[in-house]
Formats: sequence, C-alpha cells, structure tokens
Amino acid sequence: MKYTYYPGCSVKATANLYQESIDAIAPKLGIELDELDDWNCCGATAYMSVKELMSFALSARNLALAERYHRDIVTPCSACYLVLNKTNHYFSDYPELRKKLGIALEAGGLSYSGNIRVRHLLDVIVNDVGIERIGELVTRKLENLRVVPYYGCQVVRPEKDFDDPDDPKTMDRLIEALGATCVDYPLKTKCCGASLMGTQEKLALSLCKELLANAENRDAHCIITLCPLCQMNLDVYQVKVNRLFKTKFNIPVIYFSQLIGIAMGLPFRDLGLQRLAVKLTRPMKAIVGGA
Amino acid sequence: MSVRVGVYVCHCGTNIAGKIDIDEVVRFSEGLENVALVREYKFMCSDPGQALIQKDIEEGKVDRVVVASCSPLMHESTFRSVCERSGINPYLLTMANIREQCSWVHVDAEDSTDKAKDLISAAVSRTSLLEPLEKRVVSINPRTLVIGGGIAGIQVALDLADAGKEVVLVEREPSIGGHMAKFDKTFPTLDCSACILTPRMVSVGQNPNIELLTYSELDEVNGYVGNFEVKIRKKARYVDPELCNGCGMCWEKCPGTRVPRKGNAHEKLSLGPTSSIYMPFMQAVPAVPVIDKDSCIYFQKDKCRICEKVCERNAIKYDMVDEIVEYEVGNIVIATGFKTFDPGIIKRYKYGVLPNVMTSLEFEVMNCAAGSTGGSIVMADGREPESIAIVHCVGSRDNNYHEYCSRVCCMYALKYAHLIKEKTKAEVYDFYIDMRCFGKGYEEFYDRLLGEDVRFVRGKVAEITNVPIHESEKDKLILTVEDTLLGAVRRIPTDMVVLCTALEAPDGLPDIAKMCNVSVGKDGFIIEKHPKLGPVATATDGVFVAGGSQSPKDIPDTVAQASAVSSAVLSMITREKIEIEAATAEIDEDRCCGCRICNTLCPYLAIKFDVEKNVSVVNEALCKGCGTCVAACPSNAITAKHFENRQILAEIEGILSAAK
Repeated sequence: MKYTYYPGCSVKATANLYQESIDAIAPKLGIELDELDDWNCCGATAYMSVKELMSFALSARNLALAERYHRDIVTPCSACYLVLNKTNHYFSDYPELRKKLGIALEAGGLSYSGNIRVRHLLDVIVNDVGIERIGELVTRKLENLRVVPYYGCQVVRPEKDFDDPDDPKTMDRLIEALGATCVDYPLKTKCCGASLMGTQEKLALSLCKELLANAENRDAHCIITLCPLCQMNLDVYQVKVNRLFKTKFNIPVIYFSQLIGIAMGLPFRDLGLQRLAVKLTRPMKAIVGGA
Repeated sequence: MSVRVGVYVCHCGTNIAGKIDIDEVVRFSEGLENVALVREYKFMCSDPGQALIQKDIEEGKVDRVVVASCSPLMHESTFRSVCERSGINPYLLTMANIREQCSWVHVDAEDSTDKAKDLISAAVSRTSLLEPLEKRVVSINPRTLVIGGGIAGIQVALDLADAGKEVVLVEREPSIGGHMAKFDKTFPTLDCSACILTPRMVSVGQNPNIELLTYSELDEVNGYVGNFEVKIRKKARYVDPELCNGCGMCWEKCPGTRVPRKGNAHEKLSLGPTSSIYMPFMQAVPAVPVIDKDSCIYFQKDKCRICEKVCERNAIKYDMVDEIVEYEVGNIVIATGFKTFDPGIIKRYKYGVLPNVMTSLEFEVMNCAAGSTGGSIVMADGREPESIAIVHCVGSRDNNYHEYCSRVCCMYALKYAHLIKEKTKAEVYDFYIDMRCFGKGYEEFYDRLLGEDVRFVRGKVAEITNVPIHESEKDKLILTVEDTLLGAVRRIPTDMVVLCTALEAPDGLPDIAKMCNVSVGKDGFIIEKHPKLGPVATATDGVFVAGGSQSPKDIPDTVAQASAVSSAVLSMITREKIEIEAATAEIDEDRCCGCRICNTLCPYLAIKFDVEKNVSVVNEALCKGCGTCVAACPSNAITAKHFENRQILAEIEGILSAAK
C-alpha cells in the first residue's frame, strides 16, 4: 500500500523517535510512505486560530501538491492531521472558501479539486493494514503489559472521520491485537495542555499531572500516544510535574508505533526508545524484554 | 372553441407585492393568449377579492380562472368554491403559486417578477385546456380507528364514545396508559398522575362503544376518507383475556426475569413485576398479563410451565399465535405518542457506564409510589443521595441530535427538584440553558422553586465523570459545566444525575405514517395540515394527529389537541357524506393491452384487472390521481384527469414561451 507522506515538522526534530519507529515498522506492515516533495508547515492549530484563511491556504497548498499522486495523504502528527483534514472538509463544504483558496493557489500556479483524503497514520495502520495482519506480525509476547491508550484532543476532533470523538477505540483495538492489556482510561481524549506548556506552564503541568495520576492509579506500565506534542508534554515534562506537585511519576510515554515495533521484536534502538526522557521501567522491561 | 381566462393577481399584503412588480405582471398577463381580463387586489382570498372573481364570472366576462397567489394547498379549495358559486366548474381553475415558490424564496426582485410571469403564462396555457370534472360524494363510516392508547388516544376514544360513536383503540403495549401511567406527580399542580389517569383508563375498558385492542399493532390500511379498511395484528400474549381474572398468581410464581437494561445498577427499576409473565403496572387496563417470550424459560428451554400449573382458570395458552383482525372505519387518529432519546449516544454523559446516571423516565419510575423503590429516591447501592444533579436539554436543543426544544423538560425538572427536596435532604443542582416555563401556572411554579433552595446553574453540562481531581470529588459523579452567569468553568460533585432526555418520534411512526399516507418531517414527527390553521388534520383526508406524535407536548396540550381531533372527527361523522377529489386516472379500454404493469405499481391498490375483458380498471374511489400508472403505461392508455398530457405540455410551453 502506497501513501503520500506528510511528516510535519515535529517528527523531523523533537519527535524524531516517532519517525525512527515509523521507518522501522512501515516496511514490515507493507506500507510505503512516499514523502511529499516540497511540503510546507501546516501552521499547526495555533495559526488556525489567529489567521484562519492564511492557515487554510497553507494547508491547501500541501493538498494541491499531494493531489497529483492520487493517493491518500498520511500524517503521523495530530495537529497536522487536524489542520489538513479540517482544510479538506471545509474546502468541500464551503463554496466561498473554496473560491478564495482557489485564487490563492492559482497565484502559486497550483490548483486543488478536493479529491484526496487526509488520514492519520494510526487510521491507516489499524484500518488499512488491519488488526488481523498486525496480530500475525507479533513475535514478542506483551501479555500483562498494561497500556493506557491516550488519544489527546486533536485526532478525533472536530471531524470524526475514523473514530468516536468522546470514546475513541482505535488504539484500544490495537493494544489488544498486540496481546497487551488495554487500561480503561476515561481521560483518553482529555487535553495535555498542548502548546500552553510554553505560555502557561503551571496550567499545562497540572493537566499533565491528572493524566499521569490516572495512569498510575490504574497500574499502567506505559502510556501510548499518537501525537508528538502529547508525547513531549507527558514524557519530557514529567520531571517538572514531579517537581511542582511533589509526585513520583515514572511512567514511560511512547508512540503507538514504538509499541508495535516492540511487539514485532524489533531492536529498541531502531525504534528510538533510547531517546525517551522517561526510560522504560524495570517492570515494563520484564515483560517486553530488553533488546 | 374560444375560452376567456381571467387572471387574478394577489398582492398578499407585502408577501408578494413586496418583491414582485405587480403592475409589470399585470401588463404581461394582459398580453397572453386567451386572457380576457386581468385584475389585481391586495388580498384575493378576502371577501371583496372573491367578489371580484364572482362578478366577472357571473357577468360572463370570464369562464376560466387563474389565481396568481399562494400554494394550492393554502387556497385552492377557496377559489374552487368561488368558481362553483359563480356557476362554472371548479376544475376550470389553476393556482399560479407566486408566493411560496417565488416571492418568498427569491432574493432578487427583477428575477422574481420574471419568474412570476413564467408561472402565470404556464397557468394560462394549462387552464385553456382544462376539462370540467364531476366531484364524487362518498359516505362516511361513523366508526373511528385510534392508534395509540396514551392520554391522547384515551381522550379521543372517550370523547367519541361519549358522543355515541364507535371507536377501535389500538395499543402496542400490553396496557393502555402510555407514558402518563409511569409518572408519579404532574407539573405544575403536583396532582397525582395515577389519580387523574386511572379512572379514564377504566372508563375506556368499560365503555361499550370502545373496542380495545392492546398488545396490537396496525398492519395495513386501505381505502380512503370515510371508508378505510384496516388490518390490525393482535400479538400473541399467551394469556386468554376471556379467562384471566388478573389474580397475579402467575407472575408471583414465575421464575423467569425479563432482560434488565445493561450496565445500569438501577436495572431493577420497574413499575410492574420483573418476571417473564408480567403486568406492566398494577392498574393496567386490561388487567391481563402477557408473557415475554425472550425471557420465558418455557419458550427458551422448553421446560417450566409453572404459570400454567398455578393458573386456576386455565388462561395460559402457550400455543397462541398472532391474529389479524379487520375493521372498516371512517377516520383514523394517529396518537402514538413519543419515545425518549437514548442518552448513551452522548458518550460524555456516561449513561449506561456509571451507575446513578439515569434518565428522566427512570427517575419518574423511581419516584412512583407503585414502583420497585416504593417512591423513595435511592442510589444503586440503596443509600440516599446527598446531592442530585438534574441536567436539561439532553439530546434536544443540540444540533448534533435534535434541534428542537422538547418543551416538557424544564417543567418536569422543576418538579423533580421539588420532589427531591420533599423526599430527601439532598442538595439539588439544576443545570439549564434557558428556563422555559411557558404554560399556565408554569412561571409561578418556577418562582416557587426559586424559594426552595435549589441551586440553579445556567450552563450546558460538558461532561460527567467519576475521575476525581480533588479529595472532595472522590466516589462522586463530577459534572463539568460552564456557568454562564458566573463566567467560569465549574466542577460540581454529586451522587446522582438525572438526564432530562429529549422527546423524539417513536419507533414505528414512519411505518404508520406510510400506511396512512401522511408525511413525517425531518424531526421525525407527523406533519400536520397547517401549523396554525390545521393543527390536528393531515394532508390526507380522514387522518388526524394528536399528542406527542405531532410534536413534543405536555399533558394539558396533548389533551387539548386530542379533544380538538375528536371535534374534527365528529364534524366529519355528522356530515355523513364528503366530496372527494375528481382528479383520478382513467383507462381507455380500447388501448389497454392487459399487460398489468400498472396493477402492481399503484401505491393505493386502486387498479384491478378485469379478466373477462382483459383490461385493467381504476377504482375511482381509491385513486388519488398520483399519475404513477399514467407514466408507466406502455400503451398510453391511461389518462390522469386534470393532469392530461396535453395540459401538462401546454403548461411547459407556457413557461418556455414566456422565457426571454
């Protein structure tokens, strides 16, 4: 299966461990991710709320570039997914906006007709490759590994293209397919604070604290996520949470792609696991082994 | 043959004249072929307006009429009767709809004026070719079918029966009573629901003019106003109502349990026994139990038969089967009521996940003295709650589910607040968007509650969770809400949550609507004939609507509408005869090749096949003139009277010739 790949800026930098794990598992899953040539920043959700039209135009350019290949455009980042997908939906739903974006694209010698789909990598892996195929590729038993599926706020909202916005289940199904135990986690779509970590740090840390506390009191070994920002806030800032709230959280926060890699028996180094701020804990290693 | 068409252009106040250039339209119409004269008037439907037309006809100036005004649904009958009074055939009239299909829906004045001209040109061409038709008169069967035995159906049945007319009352459930039978108190007077409803239910059961068919459903409707033939399926209840005396031995001994609602700790909340053979509640009419086949041990595992053994009157009949009964009725009343929205769809509210999150209807049952808690308000573990949240507008006033307001929730929410205060020491939080207290005595009731120490919070609840942040939230249900009066997001811990769920159209209503040939709106409710002037009739003559099946309603409004239906039905019955549409299909026997294609296509089953002559024949009494057969006939043998091909082609030509 071949897709047009829109990596977004995070996985090129702070979230390079996400990219490394994707590179490691994609060939095994039979997915070919062909990086979009000359892609530009999606503007993230922050720009969308400041300059909506400009933000739509930024994403429309990416969509226009991608349309030439007549394939779904796939991104691993929740913010990129939200912005690209929202642009795509609005493009077909609002004729006025469509007209304006058409003019903007024309100035750059481009055009877009709205004929491609925007997909999140999780959706592609779970729904295109399929749970069954993933199950077949599992070589390392994850039995008794208690995993929290944490979706964050962006992947299921505002468009609900592949899952329920309030109670998504895609990662839950994935965790079970990998042989691990999916922890019932009512905060699965609660906000991690996102970019507030840069502007309102205390507030964002308090949000992270709730997420971590509820993972801990449900005896989770780890949290899996599908968003570079969620991962960074929960992983890198866990030490700050501990300092501020006098807590002792020590919960690894990894990407769902890393968990797939672990279950497939891939070397941890190939999956970027050594780059985690909170390292895999001893009880977790006891279950997943230590390649 | 030369015809003299009169064109009458209506201003409809500013409804038409505000957008369309009347002078221009008049000038244009005067130039059309066959037009003898053109007049315009402020309100053509008014007395002086009608008199204009009447005078012209009586003076012989015109012999055909085009009225350019509103939809024929609105005033075709008005102007047909003008024609008739003035001495010409009422079918020599055409309405050019320049209001609903023109001035109301277009923005540009010039375009609207051009379209009005097109429509009038079409109407004039068509009118020139119209043929006079004879109206038919049919008699009206005085018996009425009432579908639904809630308070609406009960009211209609009793009104009609008291007037000496026969009624067939069909109810899907084992007992009549509907939702009202599940309530304890009614707002705003707090009178006991059972005290006012039960005597009426008993009257229905005893009235010799009412044939009561419970546990039965409408199966088929044929015929037309005054002469419907209906088939009703009496579902097997496995208990012979003739033999049963309602002693209760069977459900006391029954070892089976009806399937409780999944996931809620209050699953045993019930008004009647929870056994497999059961009465829905103790005051049921008829007082005859029914076996729930899905949970009955005998039906599932072929053993038990305890109810049969304990029944001294041998009323248990396991071999009972569904039975179809047929009736002839003159009018049909749809009074199916409503159902409540399933709040499990709104995942954020955790209904069915967290115990003690319950629906309003479950809370009604809990409050009912005859219910399984004896009317006490208790949590799933039996403790009395220290605080209760009441959440308004769950599924209503919400673009994701139902846009409309369910009308009754604010008031019953206030009633709950009052009952909770009366029965417990619990703190009450009432989360509302707007408090809509529109009826008689309603605002006064709200005012009374404001003094009863209820905490009113204006804001839509975002989420209900059991995940605590603070110590005080432990083991509580925490509601997150934006308090819009305070301008802040609040988290409020409570012990129990009552979700005031939207009222929605009941399952099966679309089927009933289809059988009765009436439409449901996008909200799922039956569309009445006119929202203001025809609130109980429907677009199909002889089919009426009352209560929750038309829109969400409280008890006073439902009863008022039901009595309005009774009066409309009585007016039909008293007339004894009614004129019905003359625009029907006609088959030319010489051209019909007997292929029978039309026989199966007719949605009204109006076409039969004459085997001897080898031709199809239209039953004019059943035919509604829809034209399906006309379009399908491969031999062009069928003509739709009043909508003949040449008339329709002339209409199209009229539009095209007017176009610039």
